[in-house]
Amino acid sequence: MNETTSIGQRLTLLLAVMAALLSVLSWGMVTGLARQAAERTQDNVLAASATTIAETLRSEQGEVRLELPYAAFAMLGAISEDRVFYRVTAADRMLTGYHDLPPPGGGTQGQVVFDTGVYSGATIRMASVTRLVLAGAEPVPVTVTVAQTRDGVGAIASDLSRLAAILSVAFFFVAVALSAFVARTSLRPLHNIADAVSRRGPSDLRPLLRAAPADLAPLLSALNRLMDRLGQSIRRSEDFIAEAAHRIRTPLATVRAQAEIALRSVEDEAEKQRLRRIIRAVDESSRSAGQLLDHATVAYRAEDLTRDPLDLADLAIQTAAAMEPTAAMRDIRLRLETVPARVTGDAVLLDNALRNVLDNAIKYSPEDTTITLRVARTGTEAYITVTDEGPGLGDGPVESLTERFRRGSNTGSIVGSGLGLTIAADVLRAHGGRLELKSTEHRRGACVSLFLPLA
Amino acid sequence: MRIPVFALGLILWALGPATALEIEDHRLYPGTGDRILRIVSTTDLAVFEPYIQAFRRAQPGVSIDYSVVSSSVLHRAILGGAQFDLAVSSAMDLQFQLANDGFAQRYNSSATEALPDWARWRDLIFAFTTEPAVVVINSARFAGLSLPTTRQELIAILRDNPDRFSGAVGTYDVRDSGLGYLFATQEDRSTDAYWRLNEVMGRLGPRLYCCSAQMIDDVAEGRLALAYNVLGSYAAERLARDSGGRVQILKMQDFSNAMLRTAFVPASAQETEAAGALIDMLATLALREAPGDWPLPPLSQAGAGQAIGFGPIRLGPALMVYLDPLNRRAFLTEWENAMEQR
Ligand SMILES: Nc1ncnc2c1ncn2[C@@H]1O[C@H](COP(=O)(O)OP(=O)(O)OP(=O)(O)O)[C@@H](O)[C@H]1O
Ligand SMILES: [Mg+2]
Repeated sequence: MNETTSIGQRLTLLLAVMAALLSVLSWGMVTGLARQAAERTQDNVLAASATTIAETLRSEQGEVRLELPYAAFAMLGAISEDRVFYRVTAADRMLTGYHDLPPPGGGTQGQVVFDTGVYSGATIRMASVTRLVLAGAEPVPVTVTVAQTRDGVGAIASDLSRLAAILSVAFFFVAVALSAFVARTSLRPLHNIADAVSRRGPSDLRPLLRAAPADLAPLLSALNRLMDRLGQSIRRSEDFIAEAAHRIRTPLATVRAQAEIALRSVEDEAEKQRLRRIIRAVDESSRSAGQLLDHATVAYRAEDLTRDPLDLADLAIQTAAAMEPTAAMRDIRLRLETVPARVTGDAVLLDNALRNVLDNAIKYSPEDTTITLRVARTGTEAYITVTDEGPGLGDGPVESLTERFRRGSNTGSIVGSGLGLTIAADVLRAHGGRLELKSTEHRRGACVSLFLPLA
Repeated sequence: MRIPVFALGLILWALGPATALEIEDHRLYPGTGDRILRIVSTTDLAVFEPYIQAFRRAQPGVSIDYSVVSSSVLHRAILGGAQFDLAVSSAMDLQFQLANDGFAQRYNSSATEALPDWARWRDLIFAFTTEPAVVVINSARFAGLSLPTTRQELIAILRDNPDRFSGAVGTYDVRDSGLGYLFATQEDRSTDAYWRLNEVMGRLGPRLYCCSAQMIDDVAEGRLALAYNVLGSYAAERLARDSGGRVQILKMQDFSNAMLRTAFVPASAQETEAAGALIDMLATLALREAPGDWPLPPLSQAGAGQAIGFGPIRLGPALMVYLDPLNRRAFLTEWENAMEQR
């Protein structure tokens, strides 16, 4: 299977990226706001300072007079360790302070005007207040400017920014953890469906009927349609196999019947011989076709085995009853010794396996003998043993008899395809059991056992 | 870059080499190498020499060129860009203004980091002593009088004994002495008794001094009965020498100024490394636990958290308020009116 990144991982990653973006964004915003707040604080103090100084403005003997109140500068020193500059001008005349301080931007009288500039190698923030003072006859506009460097603002802003950064990182990690949790939670229904499907037996093609989130409904219905189609195609193959067996056997039966009739009317020995060979070949073909189709059925039913509870004793009794007429034709007696032995499995296949074994026993035994079917149990296994009084399994390795199309050397003119034991062995293997072949030593005869695990 | 220039009053001196300054005292301590650390200071040589010797023991390679000047001369010298590597002064307002106006350069070390916040400003200027302003009296001339503990009592004693104290009261001439001006302005800010005391002293024909040392000398000699606002550390040093107990130090209970002696590295300094080393030494001594043998006291443990008037004067932009020429002119006019009434 071609595996790409899991949805959970991708979801987590996407959410994490989003969290990271949000973290950075919130950090940037907090930093900006912190800076603004710090700047506003400085502005307020600068404005208060300038206003305090402007309030001392008065006129004495036609001169503008003022004194710098101690508080005006003390308050500036209280908020930060920033450098302080100031200037007071009346009209365009310097009254006191730093004469080369950058001029303030214009503004309405009585209002505080803020400006930013560079002075003495540092960025400064300035607050200016202009007041009209009556000096002599003329009202003179007096401007008080108080300026401060911005290091304190920077320090506060960077402190808060660092704090915000720490919080953002923490937020990010929490968000990632939550993302992983969310991803896992939202994928749970999918996992549940996958579990439900994989828990099912191989032949269980019933539609999945479970509540699923709307997003998964298409998947679920597609899955159900697929299973439906699969079921149909399986049924079609089954029908096809049955149909095929029928289609081959029917014409072969016709050919055989015609050949029999011909045999009876023909006098010439050579002709008769030829017709007998035809009949035998037809028998072999018919047998082979039947066995091949049985084998195919076994192979295919074994793939998804139905496991119905059954009793081996019942099975033996039924199969023996079915074979009874065949045995009777050769004066062979079928003897049953059974105890109840519960197993699970496919009754059709097990019947098929036992039928093949029994068929061999009948086929290869001489007339007027007895075949014994014994059902028994060990601690963990149940088994059916079929014992005959025939020629036995020969001297070769018995295991090779289960190979496909393998026939023994002792078959003579007995018709067969060499698939019977193969089918039986396959059926037992599919059930977790095994086929055991033995030649009985003290007595002549074969002993074939079908072992199955107990239910 | 524009160099801030203080507007009024501070006309730039056309300063040539350092020798053109009004140097009160000067001494060169030769070292083994060719580096010279040039210090300009308001602290008398006798007081500062132990520090210089300690520094020489630590850094024998550095020669030290030590010039003693008045605080206003120091201020003008730095404004004029005179070549010094370290400026040490008791006039913390002038020192602060120089640092504020960009005449100091930054210095930072673990020693300066250890200083409390109130004893440094922007890594530019560092305080290393806390020295209170005290009243020094001649015991003999106070015979029979109870010693005053507040300005109120002092005013009463002076007013009630005009004969005894006439012409025998001394204080700083705040027009000349930067430190005197600092103490005076801080008292103006902190207590209204200051002006009443000035009035009383003015009626007694006060003698005005440039420096603490001379005031203490005159008290010891009996020429003065009382000197007001004398630097405590010098007085203590003098007293130690003076065993007779003729001089006594009074600390006012109602209010007491404490000055921080500060140092900074001028922007034009060249031997910044050696200057930094000396600042480190002073900063370390400033935090010493035991008084030791040093002539100057350490930083007070009280710090700036004390009630106003008992902690050290705050190192901050408010110091520049009284340096403003308009404020200064107004203050001096008032002071002269009080002090010179004949
Ligand atoms: N009961 C038995 N007695 C003697 N030989 C046997 C017996 N059962 C099986 N064999 C030998 O094992 C061979 C394989 O048996 P198998 O049933 O697979 O094939 P088959 O009987 O020849 O053909 P068919 O497919 O028609 O059963 C037989 O050809 C036969 O030689
Ligand atoms: Mg067979």
